[in-house]
Amino acid sequence: MGCALPGGEPRHGRVASGDADLTGTEDELGRIFRAEHGRVLARLVGFLGDIDDAEEALADACLKAVRHWPDSGIPDHPAAWLTAVARNAAIDKIRREKALTGKLALLRTETVMTDTLMPSDLDDDVPDERLRLFFTCCHPALARPAQAALTLRCLGGLTTVEVARLFLTTESAVAQRIVRAKRKIRDAVIPYRVPGRTELPQRLPAVLAVLYLLFTEGYAATTGPVQIRAELCTEAIRLARGVHGLLPDESEATALLALLLLTEARRHSRLDSRGQLVTLEDQDRAAWNRDLIVEGRQLLLGALQTRPAGRYALQAAIAAVHADAPSSQTTDWPQITALYGLLARLDPSPMVELNRAIAVAMADGPAAGLRLLNQLDDTGQLAGSHLLPAAQADLLRRLGRTAEAIAAYDQAVAMVGNDIERQYLARRRDQLTPPAQGLGS
Amino acid sequence: MEYLVLIYRDESKDGEVDWDKLGQEYEEYTAAVAQAGVMRGGQKLQPSVTASTVAVRDGERLVTDGPFAEAREQLGGFFVLECANLDEALEWAARCPGASHGTVELRPVMPT
Repeated sequence: MGCALPGGEPRHGRVASGDADLTGTEDELGRIFRAEHGRVLARLVGFLGDIDDAEEALADACLKAVRHWPDSGIPDHPAAWLTAVARNAAIDKIRREKALTGKLALLRTETVMTDTLMPSDLDDDVPDERLRLFFTCCHPALARPAQAALTLRCLGGLTTVEVARLFLTTESAVAQRIVRAKRKIRDAVIPYRVPGRTELPQRLPAVLAVLYLLFTEGYAATTGPVQIRAELCTEAIRLARGVHGLLPDESEATALLALLLLTEARRHSRLDSRGQLVTLEDQDRAAWNRDLIVEGRQLLLGALQTRPAGRYALQAAIAAVHADAPSSQTTDWPQITALYGLLARLDPSPMVELNRAIAVAMADGPAAGLRLLNQLDDTGQLAGSHLLPAAQADLLRRLGRTAEAIAAYDQAVAMVGNDIERQYLARRRDQLTPPAQGLGS
Repeated sequence: MEYLVLIYRDESKDGEVDWDKLGQEYEEYTAAVAQAGVMRGGQKLQPSVTASTVAVRDGERLVTDGPFAEAREQLGGFFVLECANLDEALEWAARCPGASHGTVELRPVMPT
């Protein structure tokens, strides 16, 4: 399953030791594997024609890289190296089976495969292999949760555990979902292609939903030691650009790209120099990426030509309002509250309600926000997520209800899956330990 | 890849069906799949009231009247189509008149 060095467990590989250099290499390898996963896997699916075979070959190549790279050094084009090694291993395996099955005939010609050795072949083009794999994973003949799980697994390189955490479900349920989806792709012959122009608009909602999920997981990883998985954000933006390129007149595709760019613009400000979480309120807005904001805003203006505004356009509009404000205090919170209100009507979900409550707290004071959060709590819809107690804790803290705030922080700390977020919540809680006298900041 | 195209419809609404028009649509559809070279077979079935179900348990034969009488939609006919992949099969299935009257299930035929 996947690469030899999943991001969350960098201490179990062959090169693991107390040696600082080796550990550095190991981290570097993990980073490369995560960053290149989608690209290499898509390439491999492209010529092997089967996701399972491609994953196995990639896992093989990652293992070989773990063995060789610490001595030989990391190659100039790691993705090309991994692709070539995986491809060769797959061809060898198929050759061994050839006498029995004649399976080699199913592969594309050897010339085509040799061409893929060139790094230039891994250059970006639209529609590229990743876009094709993405549309295969999001085929409407697959159940919606399976589409998302498969995309996160194949293009995001997430482990089954990570996907399970994200969907608030068990690892075995996710594993089963993925196995079933892959079997259907193979046995029902779901084609590996970007759909034709006539089918595209109809396929769009599912595709955008999965892209958004991929980005969100990159922006705020659900588990593990890192808060941000930049490679997932980059991958989601790349794919969103590809989809927007295919469907320039679909306003929701435009709006999603705008939303991702406007959010991405803030990414570097989310962590401080010590790697600790910085909330939106405390971020250095001068460090936000202006180019991305300008591009995102332009796309948003285009998307807003279509009325009524769709869910991604509303979310992008919220992100744009944040981007406009020089500080949290000068943010147009009433407008954000109104936009969340529209979003809640258009696309009701517990997460939208949570965000609306936080915006209301900023616009009308923490008591008003807390009331909404408590109502949400009563519905039990967010029972599995740490975000609700974390938000409650913050508002209780602002209201000076210290004991209740500590209890809520404790609850959030116990539920959170991400280490950086846990540290942030614990730090906030510890600032409140008695004797606490209005430590609100 | 061969796909079995199973056509289901609500027989209780038979009174509302314009049979001449539907027959015409099926003729055109059958001609289209035949012309495209994807037709491998297909038949229209008698209504589900004519169906019998048989099961053998411990060597004993159990025969009952009809399948799943409680099901709203009944199997009305089928095609077997030879298509390159699921998308092509979905394209043909969507053009089948049955898709506009009831629902159409697509099942890949197990390769032999």
